[in-house]
Amino acid sequence: MTLTRRDFIKSSAVATATTAAGMTTTAQAQNIVTDAQHTQLKWAKAPCRFCGVGCGVNVAVRDNRVVATHGDMQSPVNRGINCIKGYFLSKIMYGEDRLTQPLLRKRNGEYHKEGEFTPVSWDEAFDVMAEKYKAALRDKGPSAIGMFGSGQWTIWEGYTANKLMKAGFRSNNLDPNARHCMASAVFGFMRTFGIDEPMGCYEDIEAADAFVLWGANMAEMHPILWTRITDRRLSNPHVRVSVLSTFEHRSFELADQPIIFTPQADLAILNYVARYIIENDRVNWDFVNDHVRFMEGNVDIGYGLRPEHRLELAAANARDSAGARDIDFERYREFLQQYDAETVTRLSGVPKQQLDRLAELYADPDIKVMSFWTMGFNQHTRGVWANNMIYNIHLLTGKIATPGNSPFSLTGQPSACGTAREVGTFSHRLPADMVVTNDYHRRFAEEIWKVPEGTIQAQPGAHAVLQNRMLKDGEINVYWVQCNNNVQAAANLVEETYPGYRNPDNFIVVSDAYPTVTAELADLILPAAMWVEKEGAYGNAERRTQFWQQMVTAPGEAHSDLWQMMEFSKRFDIEEVWPEELLDANPEYRGKTLYEVLFRNGQVDAFGLDELNPEFDNDESRYFGFYVQKGLFEEYARFTRGKAHDLAPFEVYHRERGLRWPVVDGQETPWRYNAQYDPYVEEGRDIHFYGQVDGRAIVYAVPYEPPAEAPNEEYPLWLVTGRVLEHWHSGSMTRRVPELHRAFPQAVVYMHPQDAQQLGVRRGSEVRITSPRGVMHSRVETRGRNRMPRGVVYVPWFDASQLINKVTLDATDPISKQTDFKKCACRIEAV
Amino acid sequence: MRLFSVTVLSCIAAFSLLAAFSLLALHSFAAEGELDALRANVPLLEEPTPEPLYRVEDRSLRPVREYPMQPPTIPHRIDNYQVDLNANRCMACHARTRVGETQAIMVSVTHYQDREGNYLGDLSPRRYFCTQCHVPQTDAPSRVGNTFVDMSDLIRGSRQRSE
Repeated sequence: MTLTRRDFIKSSAVATATTAAGMTTTAQAQNIVTDAQHTQLKWAKAPCRFCGVGCGVNVAVRDNRVVATHGDMQSPVNRGINCIKGYFLSKIMYGEDRLTQPLLRKRNGEYHKEGEFTPVSWDEAFDVMAEKYKAALRDKGPSAIGMFGSGQWTIWEGYTANKLMKAGFRSNNLDPNARHCMASAVFGFMRTFGIDEPMGCYEDIEAADAFVLWGANMAEMHPILWTRITDRRLSNPHVRVSVLSTFEHRSFELADQPIIFTPQADLAILNYVARYIIENDRVNWDFVNDHVRFMEGNVDIGYGLRPEHRLELAAANARDSAGARDIDFERYREFLQQYDAETVTRLSGVPKQQLDRLAELYADPDIKVMSFWTMGFNQHTRGVWANNMIYNIHLLTGKIATPGNSPFSLTGQPSACGTAREVGTFSHRLPADMVVTNDYHRRFAEEIWKVPEGTIQAQPGAHAVLQNRMLKDGEINVYWVQCNNNVQAAANLVEETYPGYRNPDNFIVVSDAYPTVTAELADLILPAAMWVEKEGAYGNAERRTQFWQQMVTAPGEAHSDLWQMMEFSKRFDIEEVWPEELLDANPEYRGKTLYEVLFRNGQVDAFGLDELNPEFDNDESRYFGFYVQKGLFEEYARFTRGKAHDLAPFEVYHRERGLRWPVVDGQETPWRYNAQYDPYVEEGRDIHFYGQVDGRAIVYAVPYEPPAEAPNEEYPLWLVTGRVLEHWHSGSMTRRVPELHRAFPQAVVYMHPQDAQQLGVRRGSEVRITSPRGVMHSRVETRGRNRMPRGVVYVPWFDASQLINKVTLDATDPISKQTDFKKCACRIEAV
Repeated sequence: MRLFSVTVLSCIAAFSLLAAFSLLALHSFAAEGELDALRANVPLLEEPTPEPLYRVEDRSLRPVREYPMQPPTIPHRIDNYQVDLNANRCMACHARTRVGETQAIMVSVTHYQDREGNYLGDLSPRRYFCTQCHVPQTDAPSRVGNTFVDMSDLIRGSRQRSE
């Protein structure tokens, strides 16, 4: 039967094709072009535009258009494979509604908050924008200015934003969307190791005997690393894979140990594993005695809600959430006693036998184990603790910083590490792990930036969630959003985000390549160049810095975010942005524009156009008259060199398939803290956690505490949100690629079939999802890739027509200020 | 989306009276939602009726690939296909040794290569989970068009220009 049917399809397809083209089969056969003059494509390398894995891609260009992309065989990350999104990179720039002109809300020929989007020139756009900035500075000072950036910015874009905001406008109200993504990971690293980012690398995968996924669904969210884990597991039958989650997803297909736990109970499981290691005498004492010390963290730290919220008022340590004190091992052991099997099983729903099998992967000294986590830990009101707790386990057993023994914090965005973290675009940070609260760090940054002492403010600015609250409260009045879609991404859209953007006191600017729901709420939309329409650099999750060249030109009048920030800075005389006292003490800055102070400082403009690669365009450099990207990068790299974050010279990255910092004497560092690989380890030591003054990493005694919100009578279901393989974040790129759109056309609510039955709905029924904050309509999905336990539903957030963040809660980890998008209570009803 | 295109088109001739009139015409529409093709131009605080669950195309017709290295989409349903530690249902038809019987397409030769490019005796485990690269297609209509141009069209254009 099959044969007949396929034959039929085959012959009819050929017939259709030849008829349609109006030619015979013979004519079709002759219609092959072999002349190299016509068939040649220009290929160049770039990192993928999507997730934090940082796959290498080869991009083919012809007639100023990207015509093909495929996995780069030479890239050590992915060796020739891409995921479905990566394979369709070639089409992401060609959605037919690309923004090509600035659009300003106007009424009667003038800007008006309630006006219609009207095309304007860049000049007019920047005139109106500069007027709003100047008014805010005059009336309220730098704290009334805010900027929200991205882990998808290129490194030099993030660096420029950091400089423009913190030194130029003297406002620390700069935060990246990476705050939603891995702020808890950052604080976890800083607390335990005193220095950010993983010690290990992707080669750990090929060396490990066991993998534990803590809440991460790598099969969908980090697909190419999943191919490496799959390769390792299936090629080596002794390897074990343990997958923990609050519901069953695609990564369970490879699980030897599938574990479903109650939301929030991961904290209890982590402490159970630590207790198991200690009580079964499996502590690696040589390691612990040499390299570890113990602290106990403050408890009852609140949930990062508005300070007047009852949960914040009731929390004993809401104002000192990160506080901790020294303890000894015995106190730590005593602290862990409460996490006995009975208690942990009650909290998590995981039977003792499963807990023990999991714990044994860590406890057994002969098993090299790699732990992975992303949003399950990071988007968690106790996310920093969860990060600290996983390091506890690896430190107690000494399974760290050696090939195959690796607690590995995955990142969601292509340059969450490179741009958001390393460049320090957070409201409290400066480049290379420095912070605005440290006098020496500020002075160091001011010297490199060639701005006067006292330019950078010592108070941290507003983080992502606080920015939205301050917009609503009218405390931030001019706000520039670049390279992200935060109206769709941020929690509690109806109560917090929407009123902030539409607050009549506020002027919102959104730079994007496509119209998004964020652009829709803006007052001024600026058209942005994207990906290979500009020269760029990203840093992936294994500290690998990767460069690419500009390969095509941006459509219409679109310009890169970099161009936009630099060009905008020309609109300000330094006297309009800095206070008189600062200028009185430093009169040599008078009479200069902000552009001259920040970018014509003899450093950023140090490299001429003759250094450009003649094979490629570079629109920004041609416009400004110097090699902008190189100047910015080399100035930035001064922060990193000699500070254990060393970056290589600019040109090197255009040749290499990326290098992992610190790059010292031309050598990258695959494993940090390990004398065999890391030049920063002190002579005579095998392992050295040099981020801490005493060289010791810290094990933290921190407890299980309940979530900010849990199901109750009125809202009986857990709502978990997240992503899907086929779409990137809010879908503004991938939903414009027909193949990706058709593969996963709209969001659905995954639920257990019996939950559906109880509600009187079935697969495909329209339902209303309600929380105290908002309502969203969706359709029920009881089959497919996710199997939900009773009482838990999953809704992906990529779909602009189903904005699940109307329903979610803007509770954050009080230490990292990262939102918990994985846990709130909701009710579902048939429509 | 439609409205937005109108706005753009009209403003290419931004200084002409004609353009001024067409802009005026847009005033009858709420600014919010006007640009938002992916929300079908429904204002943000309103809830559109969710699109229906679309049918997965199951005609086994092979679509043209957009470029030679594009992974082919799956032209049939794969509901309840088991692909896990124990079995790979896809390879029951698409493995080299199976296609004689099934007349399915053999997986690409790249699927027999390991990370270093060496050919293995059977499917490379790194290619084991097919749906990471190959996805079925529903009959969902596009919300926004895509102007990607096939390289063969550009080649044809370049030949015509040189002739």
